[in-house]
Amino acid sequence: MMRTVSVAETAPSTYAWAVHAEKLQVRAGRHLAVNELDLRLGTGVHGLLGPNGAGKTTLMRALATVVKPAGGRLTVLGGEVTGNADLRRVRRGLGYLPQHFGFYPRFTVREFVEYIAWLKEMPKAVIPGAVQRAVERVGLADRADSRMKTLSGGMLRRAGIAQAIVNDPAVLLLDEPTVGLDPEQRLDFRELLREIGLDSCVLVSTHLVEDVAVACSDVVLISEGRLVWQGTTGQLTEQGGAGDAGDSATERGYSSLLRAYRERVSA
Amino acid sequence: MTSHPSPTLISQYASGGAGVDDTAIWAVEAHLETCAACRAVLTDAVDPGTRDLLSRVADGIATGIATGPGPVRRHRLLRTGVAARVLPWLVTATGLMLAAALFEWTFNSLPSLVLLIAPVAPLLPVAAVWSRRLDPAWELTATMPRTGLPLLMRRTLGVLSAVIPVLAVAGWATGHSPGLWLLPALGFTAGALALGAVVGVDRAALALTVAWSAGVVVPSLADGRLPAVLSGGSLPGWALATVALTAVVLVRAWRRPHEPHQNLLHR
Repeated sequence: MMRTVSVAETAPSTYAWAVHAEKLQVRAGRHLAVNELDLRLGTGVHGLLGPNGAGKTTLMRALATVVKPAGGRLTVLGGEVTGNADLRRVRRGLGYLPQHFGFYPRFTVREFVEYIAWLKEMPKAVIPGAVQRAVERVGLADRADSRMKTLSGGMLRRAGIAQAIVNDPAVLLLDEPTVGLDPEQRLDFRELLREIGLDSCVLVSTHLVEDVAVACSDVVLISEGRLVWQGTTGQLTEQGGAGDAGDSATERGYSSLLRAYRERVSA
Repeated sequence: MTSHPSPTLISQYASGGAGVDDTAIWAVEAHLETCAACRAVLTDAVDPGTRDLLSRVADGIATGIATGPGPVRRHRLLRTGVAARVLPWLVTATGLMLAAALFEWTFNSLPSLVLLIAPVAPLLPVAAVWSRRLDPAWELTATMPRTGLPLLMRRTLGVLSAVIPVLAVAGWATGHSPGLWLLPALGFTAGALALGAVVGVDRAALALTVAWSAGVVVPSLADGRLPAVLSGGSLPGWALATVALTAVVLVRAWRRPHEPHQNLLHR
């Protein structure tokens, strides 16, 4: 079936960056988890790295419009997210996989992704096709009609990725997407990321530096709610010296940058 | 264009278009899409090998369609959302109402328990459909374009359609005027939604339940008779309150339809 391309889809974008944060502040409870963060993200796959408690999840939640920023400016897809603005247009272009992916255990994978597609205000006619495509892209087609409660941890993660990509989002936010995936699935997942990153902005938060090294084109390193470093994966590997901790060039670059930042802060 | 391409041109097209310029081939192709007579000419012009291949493919597809699985049936009921998790709360509310009816039927001397409990019976499941603790996918729901008051009202309607029949059975069994159990129940539900827009639906439902229990249920059980607010004379008052509160909720939903609802936000 051929789909009609709407005017909105072919219109040129009116923003320079898919995600643009200026002096962004976000609270997690009472704690200021993201503090004066400046960030610009364009098309491509960006890896979000940082130690535990760096504010990765809080930043993801702010970008996904779950939490309202406490201060600063945040624009996603050209729409202001800070004030009382109507978030509908922005949200239609978002895909989000939370760190704790909550689901309805009695729904089948297809029903769940369908329900999310409906919540994303996709046109009724395109939903069945889009759901099938999303489920196939994450490799869950053979389990599409199993109930969510019968799935393994890795399959649930993939179902979570399927609901995030069902609307072909312009900004895709994945919080710890590779947890529970076996090595082969991780390879498929990286391939999928690269494919989506060709024309949308993908931000992947992860602990695994090796995932970033292979799947991401750019790296964003944050610590204590602030931007430490941003650059390409190649530049990250150049940062590390022989004396830095880590088994790969990327890991050495990561620890060297973090160490330099801590010395700068404590000085 | 009304003229048809010559049979020679069509047979040249069928054999790969050697010796004819590209624009002529494009014109033939565009014409063939709209002209059945010329397609018939084309069928005779292709060589037997190709014709064989095409019919084999057509047969294969036809058998595939005939023997493969049918299209997936859509489950529309699931659109009410979190049915799975709300069920225990619906059962609790139902059980409570039936117990009250049974109690009232057995002990004639006590004031009507059905009338005393009916107003707060829908509040428990209404709070459950819009709660961060009970909706496992709350974080996803909060990032959707179709979130906010309209979605909450849709889920509330689902709850009411399950609770009101139970109320009707209990009311009919104990012989009370329908207005005395229906209007308070609707009024309290609308009140919970209106108050919930400010403090969150779960808190609003809890506050209303506590206020009703402390202010009306306990004193009337102590007195041994029904309060004035549950007598026939107060019906216009209940009707007015229900209409006014529903109007408040509707106006709010219409003016800020997609404001993320308090209760689903990270506070």
